[in-house]
Amino acid sequence: MSTVETYTTPDGRTIGAPVMEMKNITLRFGGVVAIKDISFDIREGEIRAIIGPNGAGKSSMLNVMNGFYHPQEGEVWFRGKIRPPMRPYQIAGQGVARTFQNIALFKGMSTLDNIMCGRLTHMKTGMLSHILWKGKAEREEVEAREKVEKIIDFLEIQAIRKKPVGSLPYGLQKRVELGRALAADPELLLLDEPMAGMNVEEKEDMSRFILDVNDEFGTTIALIEHDMGVVMDIADRVVVMDYGKKIGDGTPAEVLANQDVIDAYLGVDHG
Amino acid sequence: MTNAAVLDTSLDTFPKLLVRNSTKFANRPAYREKEYGIWQSWTWAEVRKQVEALALGFLDLGMEPGDHVAIVGRNRPHFYWAMMAAQYVGAVPVPVYQDAVAEEMAYVLDHCNARFAIVEDQEQVDKILEIEDKIPGLKHVVYVDKRGLRKYDHTTLHAYTTVQETGRVKRDEHQPELDRRVNAATTDDTCVMLYTSGTTGRPKGVVMSHYNMLMTAKNSCEFDNLNETDSVLAYLPMAWIGDFIFSMAQSNWAGFCVACPESAETMQADLREIGPTYFFAPPRFFEGLLTNVMIRMEDAGNFKRKMFYKYMDHAKKVGPDLLDGKPVSAADKLKYQIGKLLVYGPLLNTLGLSRVRVGYTAGEAIGPEIFEFYRSLGINLKQLYGQTEACVYITQQPDGEVRADTVGIPSPGVEVRIADNGEVFYRSPGTFQEYYNNPESTADTKDPEGWVATGDAGFFEPSTGHLRIIDRAKDVGKMSDGGMFAPKFVENKLKFYPDILETVVFGNERDKCTAFINIDLSAVGNWAERNNIAYASYQELAGHPKVLESIQNHVEAVNKSVAEDEMLSGCQIHRFLILHKELDADDGELTRTRKVRRKVIEEKFKVLIDGLYDGSKEVFVETEVTYEDGRKGSISATLELRDAAVVPVKAKKDVAA
Repeated sequence: MSTVETYTTPDGRTIGAPVMEMKNITLRFGGVVAIKDISFDIREGEIRAIIGPNGAGKSSMLNVMNGFYHPQEGEVWFRGKIRPPMRPYQIAGQGVARTFQNIALFKGMSTLDNIMCGRLTHMKTGMLSHILWKGKAEREEVEAREKVEKIIDFLEIQAIRKKPVGSLPYGLQKRVELGRALAADPELLLLDEPMAGMNVEEKEDMSRFILDVNDEFGTTIALIEHDMGVVMDIADRVVVMDYGKKIGDGTPAEVLANQDVIDAYLGVDHG
Repeated sequence: MTNAAVLDTSLDTFPKLLVRNSTKFANRPAYREKEYGIWQSWTWAEVRKQVEALALGFLDLGMEPGDHVAIVGRNRPHFYWAMMAAQYVGAVPVPVYQDAVAEEMAYVLDHCNARFAIVEDQEQVDKILEIEDKIPGLKHVVYVDKRGLRKYDHTTLHAYTTVQETGRVKRDEHQPELDRRVNAATTDDTCVMLYTSGTTGRPKGVVMSHYNMLMTAKNSCEFDNLNETDSVLAYLPMAWIGDFIFSMAQSNWAGFCVACPESAETMQADLREIGPTYFFAPPRFFEGLLTNVMIRMEDAGNFKRKMFYKYMDHAKKVGPDLLDGKPVSAADKLKYQIGKLLVYGPLLNTLGLSRVRVGYTAGEAIGPEIFEFYRSLGINLKQLYGQTEACVYITQQPDGEVRADTVGIPSPGVEVRIADNGEVFYRSPGTFQEYYNNPESTADTKDPEGWVATGDAGFFEPSTGHLRIIDRAKDVGKMSDGGMFAPKFVENKLKFYPDILETVVFGNERDKCTAFINIDLSAVGNWAERNNIAYASYQELAGHPKVLESIQNHVEAVNKSVAEDEMLSGCQIHRFLILHKELDADDGELTRTRKVRRKVIEEKFKVLIDGLYDGSKEVFVETEVTYEDGRKGSISATLELRDAAVVPVKAKKDVAA
């Protein structure tokens, strides 16, 4: 891994210091080792992809990053400090938001309400003042709505603002989920297979949104993705996992040239 | 100029009108746009400030009088202001269809040698960059939506707000020049150039003067008493003359408010929120709306459905008469009022048409039932006939003389005559100046006396003086037995069925007529759902035997009605097929305004036409399709060709086409 503090991407963005560092993470479920001694970092402003075949431990890694799993060994560093074991909502409060591989939206609620939920960590007023709906609570809701409306505009989902998300096609639900994560104003955005199950056109749209989020809000993004083409197009650096181990790390071109990666993806002749 | 009518010299150009509006209607809303979920509005005084700042910024970029400024985007106030700002500077705005693929756009931008392009967002900027080599004249691109454009090279690329900001900062430097140009402009200067959709061949640039536009606006506003309290929803393509007339010319003339939808998909919801008083839509829109209403009524509860049909029957009986102010019995009036309370009012409110005072439809024939439906609800829906070259208006229906099968009497200031071969000619203050850089076409279309050939065949009804249009003059042909062939006449009858979206009839110089049919996916899809018919795609549904059967019934019913027309009884459809793909503008089969391009279709689907005439039962076909991003793919299918029963016709008369 490079030790320089900053680097510049081919398209001219400057990538800063590490936001999150994973140091020698090992995660076990009983006797099963899901992640084995993995280290890598995610830097300010970068789009970092985690790829690997099925069962490689990618989603487990994301769950470690957002505090849902606690690794048996190793340390997670966030903004230059070691992160003590925390609850996922506390980590969300620190500015880490995520989306899920299997969409986890409130199906019966509208797009607008779902995205409003994403603002929850920023709401300071209590239940009582919300019931009374006076002063601060009202102002806070208006601010939240404004932010949410900007996200709706950004993701071009005005037409489904009032529709229950359960009735929406899959590709749009994925977009709403991204919207909810964005509503939290995250510093680090974790996307678990944002393009799974999409057709080419939807993938192109989603890629464009991910790049635009990074560009417009300067959000650091870590994403898991299967589609190699997409990863090569949008990621700055890629971590490759196989059977819980890290087998590659570097720019897309470096990773593509890595023999271990080729073996993992294309299979290796054991004869 | 052959026209005696003149405009007041203080109101004879667009910039002068804006100056008047900014004082006369200073605090009235001029433009609205829904953004971030809220309707934002600008008064006429604010609009003038926006436009002048932009115009000063344009001066700073070196925009010269006569420069062509391409406008590429959906209906947004910013683009209307950009057109006004270009007019301030003396340049000519050229609105372009924003969904055109790069190639089409390259042709237009190169043909008019556009020096500036005002575009919406990254998608359009990318498109321009892609065709940069083909449009060497283009110097500056200005974009409205900044998203994703931060990293682009900004030497010739500018943000809309930055241009305005520069204009404000350098006001002292450029204001005298701007004033000079506004004062120097005359009413005969070009105010806009619009490209025709090009049913035949390449699009042509139609040059319009301030006089053309404003005289037309004046006449049409007076005809329908449009004033500053009216409002309109701008949702039709900006590159189409109608939008320029409604959202720029008439709005500026009368001072009414133009509302822009949040996005193309939210148009229906926005329509409901705005409730315009003045509304134009093509027949296709009204058909789609009616189909939706009917589908939802089928899904409604028993009580509601019965109530709906009961009162709609009554509305059909007395609604149109009430609208025309004809005598209706007191009991019927009362029943209509109850119906209004229970059905018509809520329905109109849902559709967003409650406040419509003047509604127009044009472009295609509208089904009599569809037309009656809206009129019986109390919407003053009328028909007009027009074309780009005439600033829209050729004929229109006055209040109280509205019928489904005519297009009305000549609009104020318009003279109409019918040539010996049936072709309609007109001459009006709105008649275009010329086709840009195309003197031959200009001469072909417009004679030295100012008469313009419409290319449509029609006749005046002797009893009422209303014009009736039969078909495109060049599409009217002869059957091999000498009978008249008017494909549109038959196609329109077919398209009045809600499950038929589009159709193309063949038969010129042949012994019998045949047809291609496109089913309406939403209507037929709903029917399939109701009847437990599973389908995965348009193609699959189109090939379903039950669908074929029901279309066959429609074709045979149409044959019966065609047989009743003495002149056109030979145009009955002997064989037909349902196409495996929807006809699409991206594939060049339709124009951007969704008109059928017969030549293209005839060439592309030659195999199918041959199949229809050689009697085969099945034909295999493979067709190239273009996706929205310009990539190409292909779909193939084996289509079933069916025979339809025809009504035997007695001895044919030889009618000159």
